[in-house]
Amino acid sequence: MVDLSVKIGDLTFQNPIQPASGAFSWEYNEVIDLNRLGALVAKTICREPRLGNPTPRMAETEAGIIQSIGLPGKGIDYFLENIVPEYARFEPPLVVSVSSESIDDFAALARELSVPDVDVIECNISCPTRNTTGGNFALQEEHTKEVMSAIREATDKPVWAKLSPNAGDIVSIAMAAEEAGADALVIANTFLSLKIRTDNFRPALGNKFGGMVSPALKPIVLRMVYQVAKEVKIPVIGVGGVTNAEDVVEYMLAGAHSVGIGYAGFRNPTALTTIIDDLEAWCDERGVEKVTDLIGAVKDDDMEMDPLVAASHGV
Amino acid sequence: MTDLNPNDNYTTAATRPGDTDPHPDKPVGEYLTDVVSNDWVNDEYKLLILHVPDKALTAYAGQFFHLLCPSPDGAEVWMRRPMSVYKVDKPNAQLEFLYKCEGRGTQGMAMLDTGDTFNVSGPLGIGFKLDPAWKKIVVLGRGVGLATLAPLSQLAAEHGVGVTAILSARRKDLVMSEDLFQALGADTITVIDEDDSSAVENVEAILNGLIDAGKADAFFTCGSSRLLNLMQRLGKERDVPGQVAMEQIMVCGFGACYVCMRTFEVNGEKILRRVCREGPVFNMQEAVGW
Repeated sequence: MVDLSVKIGDLTFQNPIQPASGAFSWEYNEVIDLNRLGALVAKTICREPRLGNPTPRMAETEAGIIQSIGLPGKGIDYFLENIVPEYARFEPPLVVSVSSESIDDFAALARELSVPDVDVIECNISCPTRNTTGGNFALQEEHTKEVMSAIREATDKPVWAKLSPNAGDIVSIAMAAEEAGADALVIANTFLSLKIRTDNFRPALGNKFGGMVSPALKPIVLRMVYQVAKEVKIPVIGVGGVTNAEDVVEYMLAGAHSVGIGYAGFRNPTALTTIIDDLEAWCDERGVEKVTDLIGAVKDDDMEMDPLVAASHGV
Repeated sequence: MTDLNPNDNYTTAATRPGDTDPHPDKPVGEYLTDVVSNDWVNDEYKLLILHVPDKALTAYAGQFFHLLCPSPDGAEVWMRRPMSVYKVDKPNAQLEFLYKCEGRGTQGMAMLDTGDTFNVSGPLGIGFKLDPAWKKIVVLGRGVGLATLAPLSQLAAEHGVGVTAILSARRKDLVMSEDLFQALGADTITVIDEDDSSAVENVEAILNGLIDAGKADAFFTCGSSRLLNLMQRLGKERDVPGQVAMEQIMVCGFGACYVCMRTFEVNGEKILRRVCREGPVFNMQEAVGW
């Protein structure tokens, strides 16, 4: 019997598998048992009703998809009244993702979302197609600090900061979010990208730029998780390119407490629950009694640093 | 560990025909189906017949499956392709899909051979609904849209509803489903581009004739914005309700991702709806052509 449970802050999750925001809704209950998931993660909500971006909203590329949805939704009032109850029917903790273009409004939204059925507020401060002072705060340390501090003051709920892989130095951003009071870090959002059609010379997406999603990005996000986990004390949730249980193990070895899964659920609607089964089997076969034993267990202490790299680190 | 699909790294709990269903209380499944046959019906279209688990056989006209197509070119086909079901054959536990080999997904599908396995998920979406007050309906489709409309004839036959099917195509040899419609007792009218019989004015005259003859309690269409506009206009003028099946680039199929949006006009207001969730079959009068 493997103990798959993980703690993030004061909350216990029955396993380290959760959907990634934007790639999931309670409607997946039609194909899998949502009560088996580590957490439920709602699509990012904004204050105002939004239609979202022009179509096409998705395009396939050589090595993954790019998409730009534009945070469509019916606004926070509708969300609290109608969407939260849809999730509240299920047992796992509910993580609510939220975004805003202004810091004051972001904090106000966090306050309004602090209702009993909401367990965690995931701050989407990294929507790739928004700009650095208008929603994509996670590109810069000072913006990250400002927005996360304001949110921290506004709510007693656990707040997770979803960071951007498009930032120059994600470790500094992560430390800024931790200092501002974030309870955990979600690493990472999608990669800003572009596809141009050669038949008509036009961008393939209605919104021109999109966020890239792909298993091909896993090594890059894994590197970010590894680097950040070494520098912060708060838990990290790894999101990027997980398609099977060994990917989960890899993220945990790099220091993640849990993982978010997006694309794999699009490709295989039964992926999330199957990955939970496979993770349990993986641990069982290897005699791993507690999945938390994997967190940060990468064996790299004895690795010699290249002299040139050592010099650049001042060693 | 659960079996992986051949040659890939992705986790799936897709069930094969005969397997115990791991989610018996769920209406939708992910299945590894067996390819019974995959033959050309003309120069452009193929008919894929799959042996499927029982849950897949609950599909009804207008619903779709999300297909994980093999790659035609060695590169990954990243997203599933939504495709409406052409025929549900319950006695033989088979599903049929009629498709035009056009993009990478359908070109990959075209490579499937008898004995191969094919991962499909479904049934998904809201299909055609027959109002008990409708005794005679008119089905108008063009090209691959006919594949979506064909199972309507089955549904209509089961409900004792008479069907007139107007089949539009570029050439005579590309008219499809005529046999299927006729076998289920539908009257068929073929119109083609080669002799201009498919022109909107001619189709309009045919539709007016059917309304006059009391054979059009409702309209159904798929596959052509031009024909949708015609049926909308006539439907409004002559008070004939209708339904249209829509297409859009789709990702999740469950309503989560908001990729497959189409514009609709409801009470004078333009709104967006998810083709996968609120459709793919919609009230014809609310649809906006593309």
